[in-house]
Amino acid sequence: MVRYVLLRLLQAVGVLWAAYTVSFLVLYALPGDPVTLLAGADATDITPAQLDALRAELGLDRPLIVQYLDQLAAVLRGDLGTSIVTGRPVTEIIGEALPPTIAIAAFALVIAVVAGAGIAIAANYTRHRWLADVLLGLPPLGVAVPAFWFGLMLIQWFSFTVPIFPAVGDRGFISLVLPAITLALPTGATIAQLLSKSLSNTLREPYVDTAWAKGASRARVHLGHALKNAALPALTVTGLIVGQLLSGTVVTETVFSRPGIGRVTAGAVQQQDVPVVQGVVLVAAIAFVLANLAVDLVAPLLDPRIVTTGARSPRRGAAAAAARPAARPASARPAASASGARPAPVASATAVSAAATTQGEPA
Amino acid sequence: MSAENDRTPDDRTPLLEITNLAVSYRTAGGTIAAVRDASLTVHAGETVAIVGESGSGKSTTAHAVVQLLPSTASIAGGTVRFEGRDVTKISRVELRGLRGRAIGFVPQDPTVSLNPVQRIGRQVAEVLEIHGLADRRTAAARAIDALAEAGLPDPARQAQQYPHELSGGMRQRVLIAIALIARPALVIADEPTSALDVTVQRQILDRIDQLKQELGTAVLLITHDLGVAADRADRIVVMSQGEVVEQGTPAEVLGSPSHPYTRALIAAAPSLDLDAPFAEPVRVTDATGSADASGETDAAGQALAAAFGPLVVAHDLVKEFPVPRAAGGGVHRAVDGVSFAIPRGRTLALVGESGSGKSTTARLVLRLAEPTSGSVEFDGVDLTSLGSGAVRRFRRRAQLVHQNPYASLNPRLPIGRIVSDPLEAFGVGTRAERRRRVEELLDVVALPAGTIDRKPAELSGGQRQRVAIARALALAPDLVVLDEPVSALDVSIQDQILTLLTEIQGEFGVSYLFISHDLAVVRRIAHDVIVLRDGHVVEAGETSRLFRDPREAYTQELLDAIPGRAARA
Repeated sequence: MVRYVLLRLLQAVGVLWAAYTVSFLVLYALPGDPVTLLAGADATDITPAQLDALRAELGLDRPLIVQYLDQLAAVLRGDLGTSIVTGRPVTEIIGEALPPTIAIAAFALVIAVVAGAGIAIAANYTRHRWLADVLLGLPPLGVAVPAFWFGLMLIQWFSFTVPIFPAVGDRGFISLVLPAITLALPTGATIAQLLSKSLSNTLREPYVDTAWAKGASRARVHLGHALKNAALPALTVTGLIVGQLLSGTVVTETVFSRPGIGRVTAGAVQQQDVPVVQGVVLVAAIAFVLANLAVDLVAPLLDPRIVTTGARSPRRGAAAAAARPAARPASARPAASASGARPAPVASATAVSAAATTQGEPA
Repeated sequence: MSAENDRTPDDRTPLLEITNLAVSYRTAGGTIAAVRDASLTVHAGETVAIVGESGSGKSTTAHAVVQLLPSTASIAGGTVRFEGRDVTKISRVELRGLRGRAIGFVPQDPTVSLNPVQRIGRQVAEVLEIHGLADRRTAAARAIDALAEAGLPDPARQAQQYPHELSGGMRQRVLIAIALIARPALVIADEPTSALDVTVQRQILDRIDQLKQELGTAVLLITHDLGVAADRADRIVVMSQGEVVEQGTPAEVLGSPSHPYTRALIAAAPSLDLDAPFAEPVRVTDATGSADASGETDAAGQALAAAFGPLVVAHDLVKEFPVPRAAGGGVHRAVDGVSFAIPRGRTLALVGESGSGKSTTARLVLRLAEPTSGSVEFDGVDLTSLGSGAVRRFRRRAQLVHQNPYASLNPRLPIGRIVSDPLEAFGVGTRAERRRRVEELLDVVALPAGTIDRKPAELSGGQRQRVAIARALALAPDLVVLDEPVSALDVSIQDQILTLLTEIQGEFGVSYLFISHDLAVVRRIAHDVIVLRDGHVVEAGETSRLFRDPREAYTQELLDAIPGRAARA
């Protein structure tokens, strides 16, 4: 077990390094450099000599590999550099933006899991066909509705028509509710979709018949036997969904005018503030890696067939090892396709930020 | 709950009385009547067997008793009275009170019928908790007793384990414990052993018999094997196409069957037919080339063998698998010093239980796995020395038919594509030529020509296995490895497939390596038999000799496990 965790942590470090390196290469391959941008596109009052001096000061005139190694070393020391636009340390900017984002993301995750699982369980549990149909219609709707529009509607209904929650700003827990619901919508829909499908498949398994044959009640069969078996694919997806939540904050925070990582990302991408963007990428990667590590540690508790150290008995061990890879990717596959709509957190963050800026500020 | 063991109960009300039961399924193409007019009774303490092939409605009838039918099924008519109450009319709550407590249920496939994420003990104890028969702690203790009763070797330990840590036979014992822990008056056993090895099947059925005697429980046994029914039942009910066609004591049904379907079923059951002539014996040679002394002579086979030598000679095969460090490390010897020869145009059977190394041996012969030591010669060439190009050429000459025809055919491809796949892989012929070859092959395996454009899902299990055989024959191989080719099929279908295989061998002179756990099946097709246990050869010899005069105790044990003793005696 300890070996397994250490191995996974090592793997996590590898993932972080790869994410940082790729983002470094991509950002430096972009046309235009930060210095030109800093000076302004049509800057006539700055001479090329001055620009070069600025580049030298920022270390941008050195070979790419030197810049890369230099930055990597700095990152290892916990120094993410300084923002080109504001001149403040990136760690400070992210440190300020992180808490409010964590607050809505965590709240949104709770809402998504509770509501998503609730819909999935209810849709399978009810004996009324029409109710099941209505409930199963909700997840596709939730994925299809644009988050910014849903956020605006929530503000319209619950801040202006029936003023319960504040429309914008950060005024404690009460102002978390609407953004968290907005953020939870696509995530919760994904969980509901996946879990209801997985639950209905599980309910057709022969061991569920065994439970019925024991005289078990509907609640016992659904919640006591089927749910735990059906939860694994949904759990796997929940790990991937953290990325979805982070990219969702770009829209949500913009719509609700809240401070946070999403706003920082949108701003930094727009202004090509490379050190800040890289800092955000690193933070997103860390969140992603941690979430998936947590999922992998929880999964064996749900399913004893997932082993963390290897097989137990000589002969059956081989069989279990053979059976397991077949089962795990199968449960992970819907995850991959579900997140296909919003691919990697970083990619969609940049893509969505463009949309966010064209949508403009909320009413 | 009556627990009397009275064998003359005809004057009392039956425990279970099914009258004119009709069950239909809604499908996309309209309703299908699965059971049309089934009537039968089970008295307290009695064992009644329902016998029939897939689609006969036997399982549907059994499931109707506990109302465990799929949601597409509905009871179209008739009554199912248990202890006087019609279970098709009672409320859900009343039904829950019957299930598990008054009627126990042993399902068909133990490998998928236990909750994989719950400990064994919990799953057994749950029955008592559901029905309020014991508190949590007492229930846990009684679960261990029930597991011991069902014949688990170390019940306290197994109660703490998860299903995947137990073998199939042990899991079926767990399911028996679940069915019996609440001391029901009736146990429904739906093909309880068809997924298990014959030796395990015998142990499981013996255990059910014994518990039935001790507890006075009545048993409704569903089986496709008349041999099993004859051994275990007080009365046999034969079902065909949703109707009961015959019922009576085993002596009546087997001794003087009145319905043609029953007669066909008896003729098809390999276990009931141990007096039929053996496959023609051939001279068997061991790896050193010396002839088996007891072998009768077969001119043609000997001439072939003398002229060309055997097709396959396996010499001292060993296959070891590394054992994961967490499980103690070291190696596991799956195959340990196995030698044999497969003569041209003949059949050699590898017989053994799960884990005996028979499938691994077959993989070594096909070079799907590398032996740790030893060699396999195919047509005089050492396979272990072949390069990848030569191995590919060898693949043309040796083909494989899998056990499960439901899993071995790509469900998305039409049958024509499936059968021509090997031809395409080796670029044989033009498209039109391949199509002609496929038509020819389908004809060989006696499938209608229209099959070529159908999908696997439209075919029955037996038809699918014919497709798999046609695919294996596509490249006109010299050797076909048949890995339990009939284990997943009904007895009557088994008979047809075995006959087909024999005909194909007669016509094309192909050699078979036939893998099976069932000596009754082996008897029908193999010329020579090798009995394997834990990777070792226990006994080898001609099939007829092995059956008449088994030299090893283990072989005798396997012979004894063949069901149908009662009928043969």
